[in-house]
Amino acid sequence: MRIHFRTSYDRDIDLFDGPGQRILYALFLCALVAMPVLLGPYLLGELTSLLIWAMAGLGLMLLVGQTGQISLGHAAFMALGAYAVVLLEDRAGLPFLVAFPLAGLICAGAGILLALPTMKLRGIYLAIATMAVAIMFEDILLLFPGLTGGAAGVFAPTITILGVEIDRYVSPGRFYWLVLLCTVLATLGYRNLLRSPRGRAFAAIRDSQVSASAMGIRVARYRAMAFGISTFVTGLAGALMAHFTGIVSFETFTIITSIMLLMQIVVGGLGSIHGAFIGAAVIVLLPQVVSAARSGVTDMLGLGSIAIPGLDSALFGACMILFILFEPRGIYGIWLKVYTWIDLLPLYRRDTFKRQTSYAKSERVH
Amino acid sequence: MSLLEFDNVTLRFGGVTAIDRLSFSVEEGEVFAIVGPNGAGKSTAFNLISRLYDPAEGRITFDGTDLLARGPDAVAKLGIARTFQNIELFEQATVLENLLVGRHRFGAPSLLSELLFLPSLRRSERVHREAVERAIDFLNLQPYRHSRISSLAYGVRKVVELARAVAMEPRLIMLDEPSSGLSPEETQDLVFWVQDMRDHLGMTVIMVEHDMHLVSTVSDRVLALADGRQLALGTPPEVQSHPKVIEAYLGADEDAAA
Repeated sequence: MRIHFRTSYDRDIDLFDGPGQRILYALFLCALVAMPVLLGPYLLGELTSLLIWAMAGLGLMLLVGQTGQISLGHAAFMALGAYAVVLLEDRAGLPFLVAFPLAGLICAGAGILLALPTMKLRGIYLAIATMAVAIMFEDILLLFPGLTGGAAGVFAPTITILGVEIDRYVSPGRFYWLVLLCTVLATLGYRNLLRSPRGRAFAAIRDSQVSASAMGIRVARYRAMAFGISTFVTGLAGALMAHFTGIVSFETFTIITSIMLLMQIVVGGLGSIHGAFIGAAVIVLLPQVVSAARSGVTDMLGLGSIAIPGLDSALFGACMILFILFEPRGIYGIWLKVYTWIDLLPLYRRDTFKRQTSYAKSERVH
Repeated sequence: MSLLEFDNVTLRFGGVTAIDRLSFSVEEGEVFAIVGPNGAGKSTAFNLISRLYDPAEGRITFDGTDLLARGPDAVAKLGIARTFQNIELFEQATVLENLLVGRHRFGAPSLLSELLFLPSLRRSERVHREAVERAIDFLNLQPYRHSRISSLAYGVRKVVELARAVAMEPRLIMLDEPSSGLSPEETQDLVFWVQDMRDHLGMTVIMVEHDMHLVSTVSDRVLALADGRQLALGTPPEVQSHPKVIEAYLGADEDAAA
């Protein structure tokens, strides 16, 4: 059992809870930095994709987990970020260092534009409105083949930063480090936002709009701001994904991607940074586990190789339903319970978590 | 000049007149109670001040400022805090975070300074934390500082909501049925808190309250409402013995005279 004894306000303000946690995260970061040396190209690629999804998830988490606004249109912002960065590099000839943040800003602007007309919508209605916009965006991409390359899509050029060439296939280690740096910066920014007045204002809007405005929070403005920050981060993840896959077409990010992103943060744990990463691990690893299990089963029964279309999606859906029903705080919530059990040993009581009613508040329709 | 003034305010919901030509004023430094039967328009008067409703006619001014020209968020910035009849706390946040949201009216730092968590932000966070700690000490909430609201009992939530309003360091604090759901002991605490808010924290208090004992103990003046209209206005004994008030609460007094 640990004793939490705080002696200054800074202990509550600080990024890490004590030196132990600081060392733990530093070691974790060192391990992540060393990965290109330790892993082969295939696993490194998987890890890179995990980090990109985690970053996209962080963006959505800010909106859904923090501000309580469900978006089923975030794939469109990944697509926008992806197209924007490729076109800015390829057509406008901008270097990656300029094109990348600019792509993020374009997504932020688009996010705010989407937030304005949907200002009065909440919960499921907002989800449907954002979904409609995302579906429209897929078609809009096909309407301008001159710009977007039509159905064929566009090819991402090799990234050059200060003379150093970064290519996903030629130098997977460098690309991984670039992604890692972006993800770490996004995570730090997110964490800082959470412990700032703005993060608290977002949470206030999620839990009670009437009370938030009685505290002097301009609800409409903060909702738009949350949209902007969220789509900025998700758009940047899309831009990285463009360089990861090398080619972006209208099929790269679809409505299924939006649903996957939402599932990622729900299964990982709504409202927590850990949740975005755990969820990303689930959506990257689950297909592998499924295919391994499938070939194991078919081998055992001697069925040869049979394809079961839609099995992955069905499993994802089942996961999401089970988590919403039984563990609304996701995998991170399970971990928190285990951790608290160890932490409080031998004083843990069975009803320590009894009172939590933590269904996503975003579902509450006013 | 009075701190808060209602001047001939009328509010209609469709055909229903919720507030009917209501005029009253609250002086700086007084405890002002609003009483009346259910549906009299007491909470509606609060919601008018909070700018949740737009009146059809009339003026509401706070310290000379026309409230009706401002949005709901500006009300807090002018220094008006409130609690709600059905507790409106931020359920998934801790007590500390709830109280810190109350400090929002003192201005928000720039997005950049928040993303980087600059030293200036840390300094202002410490200052706000100190103010929040004063509210926590004032209302004895020390054991709950890091508890999530969703894990707290009703009585504690009620006090947390009061603390959040106190942490705003307002000039005017509006309490909507502060004693409902509280035990007699907690209500006794409330008496002291309301008195201290006025005497030591320099706040003007308006409260909607059903507990007549609490009202007559702490309030300087009482406004009795029925059907959105003023029945009586005066000191607690004056209002309690006012024939119209007795009629509104107990019915016509043909037999009551006996």
